[in-house]
Amino acid sequence: MAITTAPGTTRPGRPARPYPAPPRPSSGFGRKVRDNLTGHAFLIGAVVCFAVFSWYPMIRGVVMSFQRTRRGETTWVGWDNYLRILDDPSFWPAWKNTIYFTVLALVLGYAVPFFVAILLNEFRHAKGYLRILVYLPVMLPPASALFLFKYYAYDPSEAGLFNAVLKALHLPTSEWMQSPEMTMPAMVIASTWMNMGSAVLIYLAALQNIPGELYEAAELDGAGIWRRIVNVTVPQTRLILLLLAMLQIVATMQLFIEPLILANGAGAEDSATSVAYLIYQHGFFQNDLNGAAALGVIMLVVLAGFSAVYARLTAKQD
Amino acid sequence: MAQDSGTRTLISPAQLRRGRGRVVYWTLLTVVVVVFTLVFLGPLYWMVTGALKSGQEIAQTPPTLFPRDPQPQNYVDAWNNLDLAKLLFNTFYYAAGALLFQLVLDTAAAYSLSKLRPVFGNAILGLMLATLMIPAMVLIVPQYVTVIDLPILHINLLDSPFAIWLPLVANAFNIFLLKRFFDSIPEDLMAAALMDGATPLRTLWSIILPMSRPILGVVSIFAVTAVWKDFLWPKLVMPSPETRTVSVGIYAFAGGTPMNVVIAASVIAAIPTVVIFLIFQRNIMSGLTTGSIKG
Repeated sequence: MAITTAPGTTRPGRPARPYPAPPRPSSGFGRKVRDNLTGHAFLIGAVVCFAVFSWYPMIRGVVMSFQRTRRGETTWVGWDNYLRILDDPSFWPAWKNTIYFTVLALVLGYAVPFFVAILLNEFRHAKGYLRILVYLPVMLPPASALFLFKYYAYDPSEAGLFNAVLKALHLPTSEWMQSPEMTMPAMVIASTWMNMGSAVLIYLAALQNIPGELYEAAELDGAGIWRRIVNVTVPQTRLILLLLAMLQIVATMQLFIEPLILANGAGAEDSATSVAYLIYQHGFFQNDLNGAAALGVIMLVVLAGFSAVYARLTAKQD
Repeated sequence: MAQDSGTRTLISPAQLRRGRGRVVYWTLLTVVVVVFTLVFLGPLYWMVTGALKSGQEIAQTPPTLFPRDPQPQNYVDAWNNLDLAKLLFNTFYYAAGALLFQLVLDTAAAYSLSKLRPVFGNAILGLMLATLMIPAMVLIVPQYVTVIDLPILHINLLDSPFAIWLPLVANAFNIFLLKRFFDSIPEDLMAAALMDGATPLRTLWSIILPMSRPILGVVSIFAVTAVWKDFLWPKLVMPSPETRTVSVGIYAFAGGTPMNVVIAASVIAAIPTVVIFLIFQRNIMSGLTTGSIKG
């Protein structure tokens, strides 16, 4: 430890001198003001960044959603932007797809890492190797990983990786991104493969904190493996499970790069359009920043409503 | 593994060592190792070798396991046509700057909130944490408008690295992680340093930071991977081909480029992070699993 000044005073066993003389004599009030100024000085950089790039855009987004800017002139237009966004034929498909993706991603992307973590936690061998494998895709740039899926895995001909495997197993092949029904499941598979590593590591950390006696006691009471998972593992990791569920929902609601790369945007029959993609479309292609801002506010309201329900549910359990 | 000896998990060690348990354990382990290797390493193998195949061979049914007539030219083309050296340099530059800004400003903020506790500190922390629940997509338009014309200063940050560096400082998750770690450092140490006449900056530098290596490591990993993995924001704020990141560059070129070359470029783009990860994986893994995110 690099404590350079007067190491004697920091030795743990030695009692501190009572009422030490302050280094620079000053009144209590002056000292307090100075300490406070120092505290704020340390905060200022981060606070400015939050203010400029987070808190202010937050308010500005809401204001923008009620305005319209044409030829440098900004006017107040009330709900016009919202009405225009609601009129977009892709609005409802985008919401339907996004929610479908979120639900699928919860079933697959949320449950799978938990069971993988439980499994890895039981192994006494090859654990390091398996952890590296699971985390490897997290380190790839998403564009790299998605081009891999687009060109190889989801190649609709029989040369595609998935179709080659399906054919070898004598199962029916699929057109993947060319088939509207398979678009979303295919995107969830790619997304889960890319992202599950971080969730697995977080679960592993949580699993390592469970006291072994709990399993022992459950076993003595005659609980089988499944009951031990339900009655010990799940309650013991409840906080992490809830936190990751929330983060997963916020993350999947922003589905964007998967449709952009795998389906070139909207996909067959609007089967890949997402709310985030629609925001991008309006804001940066149709030059409709105000409409995009309105859609952002709608997304925020939906998530806030969802958070309220979530807070309710988690509060009830306590 | 050594660190697990003696700890009891879901299934008792005795049960794993006994006859049937042992058979089940080894079978399951073998199956998992094989399946995981196929699922997580297989596609990467496919990608690296696929980029060596000719256009004809790639479209062939059934697919070939090894490239029959390897064409390293695809990699050379990718490197040259996409100006990958430039793209990689840009990405490194943005990642390094983001790391520096986040380490300095977020650490200072977390230290202030945890140890100096200025007036309104808790309110500020609350406002920061509230942003965790706001998806980036919600803010993308007003953030973009803000970056084009910075309030008060009226500076346009398009194509400036600050457009990537500064918004990343507003990272409530990092500040929360750092603050929680600093909270666990005993007040006595702070009091002792103060008694010795150390300034807050000196205390941070000589006492807090040396004790916080694990969490600083975690924050660094997050900072670097965030830049490496981000796509839409760099695409919007770095519109010129000269300032693009690797991900955006590959996407932009994918349209008119043969698929083999795109895949070869994807492989090259993935190499730096994968190599860094493999070198530091021990530290990264232990940092991520024990340093920070305990329930």
